[in-house]
Amino acid sequence: MSSRPTIVTEPDLIFGKFTSDAIPFTDPIILPVMLIVALGGIGLVTMITKMGKWGYLWREWLTSVDHKRIGIMYVIVAAVMLVRGFSDALMMRAQQAMATASENGAGYLPAEHYDQIFTAHGTIMIFFVAMPLVIGLMNVVVPLQIGARDVAFPFLNSLSFWLFVVGALLVNVSLFVGEFAATGWLAYPPLSGIEYSPWVGVDYWLWALQISGIGTLLTGVNFFVTILRMRAPGMKLMQMPVFTWTSLCANVLIIISFPILTVTLLLLTLDRYFGTHFFTNDLGGNQMLYVNLIWAWGHPEVYILVLPAFGVFSEITATFSRKRLFGYTSLVWATVVIMFLAFVVWLHHFFTMGSGASVNAFFGIATMIISVPTGVKIFNWLFTMYKGRVEFTASMWWTLSFLFTFTIGGMTGVMLAIPAADFVLHNSLFLIAHFHNVIIGGAVFGYFAGFTYWFPKATGFMLDEKLGKLSCALWTIGFFVAFMPLYILGFNGMTRRLNYYDNPEWTYLLWVAAFGALIVLAGIIVQFYQGYVSIRDREINRDVTGDPWNARTLEWSTSSPPPFYNFATMPKIHDRDEHHYKKEHGMAYDVPKQYAPIHMPKNTWAGIVISGFSLIMGFAFVWHIWWMVILGVAGIFGSLVVYSFERNKDYYVPVDQIEPIEHAHLATVNPDGLREMQAQKQNFQA
Amino acid sequence: MTSTADHTVLEDTPGHDHEHHHDAGGDTVFGFWIYIMSDCLLFATLFATYAVLSGSFAGGITAKDLFDLKFVAAETALLLLSSFTFGMAMLYAHQHNMRGMITWLCITFALGAGFLCMEMYEFHHFSSMGATPQTSAYWSAFYTLVATHGLHVTAGMIWMLILFVHFYRDGFTNANLVRLACLSLFWHFLDIIWICVFSVVYLMGVM
Amino acid sequence: MIKKYLKSACLLVATLLIGGCELALFDPKGPVGEEAKWLIIISVALMLIVIIPVLMMIFYFPYKYRKSNTQAEYKPDWEHSTKIEIVVWTVPTLIIIALSYVTYETSHSLDPRKPLSDEKHMTIQVVAMDWKWLFIYPEQGIATINEISIPVNTPVEFLITSDTVMNSFFIPRLGSQIYAMAGMENRLHLMADQPGTFRGVSANYSGFGFSGMKFKVHATDQQGFDDWVAKVKSSPQLLNKETLSQLRVQSKDHKIEYFSTVGPHQFKQIIQRYTGAHDVK
Repeated sequence: MSSRPTIVTEPDLIFGKFTSDAIPFTDPIILPVMLIVALGGIGLVTMITKMGKWGYLWREWLTSVDHKRIGIMYVIVAAVMLVRGFSDALMMRAQQAMATASENGAGYLPAEHYDQIFTAHGTIMIFFVAMPLVIGLMNVVVPLQIGARDVAFPFLNSLSFWLFVVGALLVNVSLFVGEFAATGWLAYPPLSGIEYSPWVGVDYWLWALQISGIGTLLTGVNFFVTILRMRAPGMKLMQMPVFTWTSLCANVLIIISFPILTVTLLLLTLDRYFGTHFFTNDLGGNQMLYVNLIWAWGHPEVYILVLPAFGVFSEITATFSRKRLFGYTSLVWATVVIMFLAFVVWLHHFFTMGSGASVNAFFGIATMIISVPTGVKIFNWLFTMYKGRVEFTASMWWTLSFLFTFTIGGMTGVMLAIPAADFVLHNSLFLIAHFHNVIIGGAVFGYFAGFTYWFPKATGFMLDEKLGKLSCALWTIGFFVAFMPLYILGFNGMTRRLNYYDNPEWTYLLWVAAFGALIVLAGIIVQFYQGYVSIRDREINRDVTGDPWNARTLEWSTSSPPPFYNFATMPKIHDRDEHHYKKEHGMAYDVPKQYAPIHMPKNTWAGIVISGFSLIMGFAFVWHIWWMVILGVAGIFGSLVVYSFERNKDYYVPVDQIEPIEHAHLATVNPDGLREMQAQKQNFQA
Repeated sequence: MTSTADHTVLEDTPGHDHEHHHDAGGDTVFGFWIYIMSDCLLFATLFATYAVLSGSFAGGITAKDLFDLKFVAAETALLLLSSFTFGMAMLYAHQHNMRGMITWLCITFALGAGFLCMEMYEFHHFSSMGATPQTSAYWSAFYTLVATHGLHVTAGMIWMLILFVHFYRDGFTNANLVRLACLSLFWHFLDIIWICVFSVVYLMGVM
Repeated sequence: MIKKYLKSACLLVATLLIGGCELALFDPKGPVGEEAKWLIIISVALMLIVIIPVLMMIFYFPYKYRKSNTQAEYKPDWEHSTKIEIVVWTVPTLIIIALSYVTYETSHSLDPRKPLSDEKHMTIQVVAMDWKWLFIYPEQGIATINEISIPVNTPVEFLITSDTVMNSFFIPRLGSQIYAMAGMENRLHLMADQPGTFRGVSANYSGFGFSGMKFKVHATDQQGFDDWVAKVKSSPQLLNKETLSQLRVQSKDHKIEYFSTVGPHQFKQIIQRYTGAHDVK
């Protein structure tokens, strides 16, 4: 991401558009970053080599098809990308605070650099932070909640993950090789067309999203099938935990909306690479079509992000209120209603395009209707706490902070849904404040809550609660300090994406906002410190029972971390809060009479190798290096074919291996039962 | 046709799978159905794009000037017939009759190849008449929609070739039958998409 | 310095009170902005009917039913109440019905295409360029860059297009914005009912020079307007093919320019540039 767009050159046969100019060796901001990343990378590689961990990494993680490990890897990559996306945010806040043209000059970033930063910030935060956090949580939790041993298509799950990594890599490569798009995160044409953006930035954007988007689509299919077909015996749909329900709806949204994204990106790609005229200004191209298509995907995407977060809050509120969830049925129906309505509101993102009054009114009202089921959910969580015994754990802090923040964000959302009001609020900082209010206060707080809640399940030890609460407090305060001023600035006519401005009235509030961003930064630092402290003290914070919160759903009946096969014997479901039910009835941790071999998928090289070729293909497309494109495409299909001819993709876990694992857990949670069973067995053998 | 395929797969589930609490073959076919649904939406988006741009000739050459319904009808016939021949192949596959299945699949392949050749000829012809994807938004949409279908057919044919090798190596295993069932779904799906292309693009184009 | 901070503090408080303050949208200078302001206030007021109790419950429920408060009632299996369900579905629904009515009404009354009155309005043609605004006064036969003047209390019809990428034409103090897109004409009706100089911007990001894509709006009495037109007419520059192609060159922070004459079909020609086949361009 250099501060000036690369000169457009005629593609060369060997190097395509790539020239040594593409690497910004002289840029004062990029160069240090490049050095730090290079040194960090070399350090990491040396460390792994010295510790001799490459084999372990390859066998246990990179080729893993275990949904829990894939989930953990999603979260790790998301954390790295959060650092990147948040650095962008800090740079933007600093720029705007400093950028009153009249007094202090115009900040420290030229437009060519700043515009890439806000594009990268939006793209990264949505696609490479929020999405992997959602999908990571789903990966860790959903199969465990429904009593499955893995997802329906474990190989595809691995492939999805690695395709997502390729997207993230392409975005980061653009930082050092060439530049990123400077078009805004949805890259409206004609600005993103070849005529107005002849540089490779938009191509990076296109291929990063296309490749990771296909991964997401596969995830959608995978989890849809998993939830519908692999639930434990007896688990009816209306007995599924709410997180599973919201994940199901999110996956339906993925299946329906991501093909639209695929096509939209494809059409823009064709415009840029082959000179077609879908979205060009001339020859019949229609830029409004792009805006419609991208939001026909984009609006459901918002619910893909937020519905699972709603599921997280439902689980946490019930657990820490020590009470059944209030209004399960209406909560589920509210989710389903939101899922359907998500498809009939896309036009509210561009009332100002000039549709007729009646069309605008229709979409405005449809949008407002969504606030009813959403409001019902908030009431459900409130009445779950009502007459409960609320425990203020860190994940409950996130939940309460969410309730407060999100309610306000919902209100400003309804304001924007009124077309006539949107005509003055659209594209202003009010809009920016609103969607950060719902995405941070709604979705991200949900992921953090879920992360805190399920962390012991995934890793076997607890996160430090005190630091978690501190981080929650910093995030919440930081959020309000950073974004309330933006609401006001929106009312004062400040539009989004400004690199500088000549209205000194805005400056003070922008400094306040920048200060708020620093508070959020403190929150993030505390989170990383929390991770460090928790790992350091893991022996003290071990979760030996597998049920550290005295929780209610099935995932808590396993050990922490669960064995790779999740469940040695298939649980039979009696109740919505199955684990709670079993604890109440003294059935939890029953010792099975015997175990049977378990059918499991084997790890595979295919996901990471196919994705490696996708990376080659994507990079080659960006730079128009055609021989390398052919290499990448051939590699992708070749690997797929080779993989399809592989035998032994699965195996049976023998009982000798299962028994010790199970007994180790049972020895802590039900020692008497275990002893009794072993005595019986010995008697029988004798 | 497709429902029979699904059924067979379910029956073919080996007995040792009791402890494996779900049936993987059935899951695969179900998952493939879901994939088809999403592919349907991909085409729906392309059709919507085509519809929006259906009048955008920008003063240039129009569809009416070029479309030849007879030619397209022949193309359509080839593809419809190939759906039927794939059905025949499926019948032989159920009887575990390798020769019959391969024969009918080869016929299917040939029909698919014929279809593709006609399509490529048509593209070449249109281009030489001055209607390239770069001519106007309409032609961009036309080529993209029709070629996306064509690429799907190509993918189906490559898949068929790979399946030959699978059957040659392993015979009528459960995995291979599941693969064949999926390909069959895919092939019939492409047929349905083509009927939509025929009606929306060609019939409505000359009207 | 202190004054500046006091002013900002006032801004903060003022938004909380929503009312007589200097925020652009709450101090509009025309009827469209005025109506939008009241629409925002009414919608917030309607929503507060449900938002305030919810915010109170968010604090009260966890406090009252905290674990340490063993006095409070505890019903671990209570999960359903038809009464509560009815209330939580009905109250928001009623509010949304009320808001829907407001939405429908204002979507029509504030439809940017709708003339503000039956009186004769003035027309200004607007062209978004990289990165400046070209204004054409067809009735006066003049054109300007980045500056317009309008007489107070005269309805103005803006005809808006783009000669480049998508932009959005927005004068916050007067009200609604609308997109400017090449090959298309969007209409927006605005009016100033107080004199003054207002900021005009592009509200839709359009590339590297976007931040400097601003214009000034002078609302004056008729005399002031006539003087301004005379000033523009005295400019030596003409808007013709040559000057237009100079304007098409990308430029940042373009200065104000006046053109004393402009062809009668200039605006139409700019639109048609994008609607036909190759040869038109």
